[in-house]
Amino acid sequence: MTSIATPASSVARRSGIWSWITTTDHKRIGILYGVTALFFFLLGGLEALIIRLQLAAPGNTLVSAETYNQLFTMHGTTMVFLAIMPLSAAFFNYIIPLQIGARDVAFPRLNAFSYWVFLFGGLLLNSSFLIGAAPNGGWFGYANLTSSQYSPGLNIDFWVIGLQVLGAASIAASINFIVTIVNLRAPGMRLMRMPVFTWMTLVTQFIILTAFPVITIALVFLMFDRFFGTNFYSVAAGGDVLLWQHLFWLFGHPEVYILILPAMGIVSEVIPTFSRKPLFGYAVIVYSGILIGIIGWGVWSHHMFATGLGPIADSVFAATTMIIAIPTGVKIFNWLATMWGGQIRFTTAMLFAIGFIAMFTIGGLSGVMHSSPPADLQQTDTYFVVAHLHYVLFGGAILGLSAGAYYWWPKITGKLLDERLGKIHFWLMMVGMNLTFFPMHFIGLLGMPRRIYTYDTELGLDTLNLLSTIGALLLGVAMIVFLVNAWRTRTNGEPAGKDPWGGAGLEWAIASPPPVYNFSVMPEVVSRLPLWSTREMKPIPDVPPEPVHVPGGSFWPVVAALGILLLGIGALLQALPVVIGGGAVLFVSVYAWAFEPFEM
Amino acid sequence: MMSHAAAHYTSTGLDSRKMAFWAFIGSECLLFGSLISTYLVYKGRSVVGPTTHEILNIPVTSVSTFDLLMSSLAMVLALSAVERGDKIWARGWLATTALLGLVFLGFQAYEFTTFVHEGLKLDTNLFGSTFFVLTGFHGGHVAIGVLWLLTLLVRSFMGKLGPDKALNVEIAGLYWHFVDVVWIVIFTVVYLLQ
Amino acid sequence: MGHLSPNPSIRQGDSVRRLLLPSRVVWWLLPAAVAVVGCSGPFPQSTLHPASDFGTAIDSLYRTIFWFAVGVFVIVEGLLIVILIRFRARPGGEAKHVHGSTVLEIAWTLAPAVVLVFIAVPTMQTIFDVGGAPPEDALEVEVVGHQWWWEFRYPQLGITTANELHVARGRPVALSMTSADVIHSFWVPKLGGKRDVNPGRNTRIVFTPDSADTYLGQCAEFCGESHANMRFRVVVDEPDVFDQWSRAQAVAPAPVESLGDLARQGAEAFARIRQPGNHSCVACHAIEGVSFGVLGPNLTHVAGRTTLAAGILPNTTEGLTRWLRNPPGEKPGSLMPDIDLSDQEIAALVAYLQGLE
Repeated sequence: MTSIATPASSVARRSGIWSWITTTDHKRIGILYGVTALFFFLLGGLEALIIRLQLAAPGNTLVSAETYNQLFTMHGTTMVFLAIMPLSAAFFNYIIPLQIGARDVAFPRLNAFSYWVFLFGGLLLNSSFLIGAAPNGGWFGYANLTSSQYSPGLNIDFWVIGLQVLGAASIAASINFIVTIVNLRAPGMRLMRMPVFTWMTLVTQFIILTAFPVITIALVFLMFDRFFGTNFYSVAAGGDVLLWQHLFWLFGHPEVYILILPAMGIVSEVIPTFSRKPLFGYAVIVYSGILIGIIGWGVWSHHMFATGLGPIADSVFAATTMIIAIPTGVKIFNWLATMWGGQIRFTTAMLFAIGFIAMFTIGGLSGVMHSSPPADLQQTDTYFVVAHLHYVLFGGAILGLSAGAYYWWPKITGKLLDERLGKIHFWLMMVGMNLTFFPMHFIGLLGMPRRIYTYDTELGLDTLNLLSTIGALLLGVAMIVFLVNAWRTRTNGEPAGKDPWGGAGLEWAIASPPPVYNFSVMPEVVSRLPLWSTREMKPIPDVPPEPVHVPGGSFWPVVAALGILLLGIGALLQALPVVIGGGAVLFVSVYAWAFEPFEM
Repeated sequence: MMSHAAAHYTSTGLDSRKMAFWAFIGSECLLFGSLISTYLVYKGRSVVGPTTHEILNIPVTSVSTFDLLMSSLAMVLALSAVERGDKIWARGWLATTALLGLVFLGFQAYEFTTFVHEGLKLDTNLFGSTFFVLTGFHGGHVAIGVLWLLTLLVRSFMGKLGPDKALNVEIAGLYWHFVDVVWIVIFTVVYLLQ
Repeated sequence: MGHLSPNPSIRQGDSVRRLLLPSRVVWWLLPAAVAVVGCSGPFPQSTLHPASDFGTAIDSLYRTIFWFAVGVFVIVEGLLIVILIRFRARPGGEAKHVHGSTVLEIAWTLAPAVVLVFIAVPTMQTIFDVGGAPPEDALEVEVVGHQWWWEFRYPQLGITTANELHVARGRPVALSMTSADVIHSFWVPKLGGKRDVNPGRNTRIVFTPDSADTYLGQCAEFCGESHANMRFRVVVDEPDVFDQWSRAQAVAPAPVESLGDLARQGAEAFARIRQPGNHSCVACHAIEGVSFGVLGPNLTHVAGRTTLAAGILPNTTEGLTRWLRNPPGEKPGSLMPDIDLSDQEIAALVAYLQGLE
């Protein structure tokens, strides 16, 4: 029988909407991230479907040029910032403390704050649709198209402010997870005993910490140009439009590693479990992840090969881009070697992880093609890049995150997702994905640029575009299958028990779902594979031997997040009273947060 | 056995809040790094308007720089006083640090208004844009630091800033010294290396 | 040691093999089908059938990289398939607990590095080959990108035209490019790679076309509402045909007095200032001897072009009529407004413009 000490704060309840609004429990916050991100993923997918329907035939008039431009801008922005990153965050939140043997993250209220700021930022960004002024400058928002001269209207303002709000959430979370992973590991959990998912998360957080300030400044410059007439991107004043591209891609390239490393971490967990073998080359996988994080800072101008940087700059960035392919490829070989000699069980999670390897390889190879500047001059800004990025982001990140979903669903909910529906989901996704994106390699090489709302039949690309659209529809069906699976599992799902897969990590040593305090006693870790090791770990009792203190929650994180939302709305409306109001709310909540009695 | 100890257990022996603050400073380095890099990239490229040579006042800014440096000294002394439980000197040095910070802001306000009168505004030219945004961001950081110090001062008067709370002052000190170091870089890059 | 879960929903082999087999057929069918569909032409904007030295240099580099990529693909995906079949879980099977192998790590770090060297060296060579200074005898063309049309000026020949670039087969062309507003990108896939066109900066492409034909090009950097409608053509003529063309471009249009009735009415409509809004054709368009507008394409020899409005309409009576009737309707966001011309005015203008050979 467990007994939980009376929480210090008065907001203690485990059910009802108030308990969710005030939660500081990493597990609940993880679920909040997951559900919200899934919603935005579906929204971004809907945007993609409309895009594909418009492009299914040449000269189509399903949507206007302006609407199309808003759709592809929001599709990119949503998928990057509101879907993939928060889906990864869902797993960071839920799983990392479990994997390192901690009770929660280092700063639970800051954790909640990050979630609420993300939610409000996503809502702010999408509220632009309600007034028909969704961002329309592309997810990359190149100056000087985004200047107030060439983009009058609120569209870009929504984008600039929305992204700054989201950036704040990410930076706060990165600080939280860095400290959590470095400082809250259970005794014996040395760095080189950490699960690879934890390692890849740590690297990702360092990238977020350092890359997001750069785009913040890029956006600040754009915001000041638009609101106050500064000259950062003004050609007439002697400014350089390429400044935006350098700042954006200095952020933007590390960003793609933010998007892929967590999925690689997940794959590094799933493959060993379902091969019944430890990960091959653990240290190399860890070091290659760190190397990718570091070298990732040196490749940004490969997004700018067509801008005329000059042969020396082109050569340098070509070289660094090719170099980064090496640590990436090394991971693939280590995963293959993990499976070699194993006893492979084809669960849905494993299928997705295998799918990741297959699809990411293709995306990586087209990436190597892009690394050569002259070749890239034919590929950049065409559907060839669209193919590449979707093979790495959909075939990579999404398939990897899907593997994580099927792998950790039983831990989170206590029930197993249906394997038959899961396999249907997987195969529909594989066929759909390849049918959607493989033709795009050809479409690009045969001359179709990106970001065009229509094309002429004389290009000869009608059939290929139609094929791609059919694939997209299949992907929609795949998602419906998943949603049906998730829904039915709520009531009819098979109970999972602590360890349905025979996993090696600490997360499988406790109940599914875990009790609010995670571990009844702090585990003492004696190996990298706690549950597989011949050196026995002391078993973790089902009930805590003495009362466990659990923080009760706090509403200051959500109030502070509201303050930030008000700041954003005020800036958008250029209404000083709202800005001041938002600032005041933020100010008060920071103080209240700092001085409320909240004990870990 | 475990629960309360577990709450304060750390893998490194370092306080989590201090670690978090160092991480935050890391991101701030990139923030100011981007601002300073942009200033450097745009140096000398203004098409019109007042340029650095015509408008920057090195002597006056040297005084404000010295003032900020002295404030860091005061901060060190404040931390030391808190650590040994010396309430009077803790409050004195905290107040001094905050005051010196306000003096710095005063100098900055004076400089900004003078520049505007002499024809350099945010939107005048590249120099105006990069200068005001860079130094303005820095000034904003100083202002937040002053608020933080005043808060600590109030807490001290409430009797809530004993040696057991020294970490709070240490972290405020980290922030303050960081802001000072950033100023040294800005002063060098903007004022000295014209 | 980990234990196999007793969970019945974790089935082995059967259901998966049943699914795996048919989809393995699909695996080879899909790229084959796409390739078949993809390889039936014609593809006027294809990058794979270059018609210039620039295009050819890129294409041969690409093919080198492509075949290396195919090799890596076959090895990795092949290994994957072998592994999935050979190491399926079998009842009573044991997995070997191997943690790593330094030799393998070195091998599969070095091997890709070597492949990359084989890609890097020709890459660097090509970068410098195609980025060099233009030769002395190059035809110089200044390209200016506008929202959403292309301006072409020949400083050596005193020609200004729009949306259709004429060059001579076998003679190097040196494009010097900038933008009048936002970033665009000049791309004629058959003639080589693209280059961004930036406001306040100059970029360059040097190429020598090797085949007389008309090539399609399109803006390749998102530049606003009608980015999709910013197309152009490059006409590569035999040298003597090009000379003919450039001489014709230098000839001034016939004086208004010598025009037929309808065309003369068109010339008057062209110069007329319309209220409200102070709209007139002459404010934006230049016709030699008539007007000096620079906001829109130079129309001095518009009748000689094959397309209108940056490649989106045929240069026929019908095309001209549609355009004049409602420019923003044809090109969303067009800076040329709908000034509510009457059918009579439109017919007159069409007659006038069609006389400007």
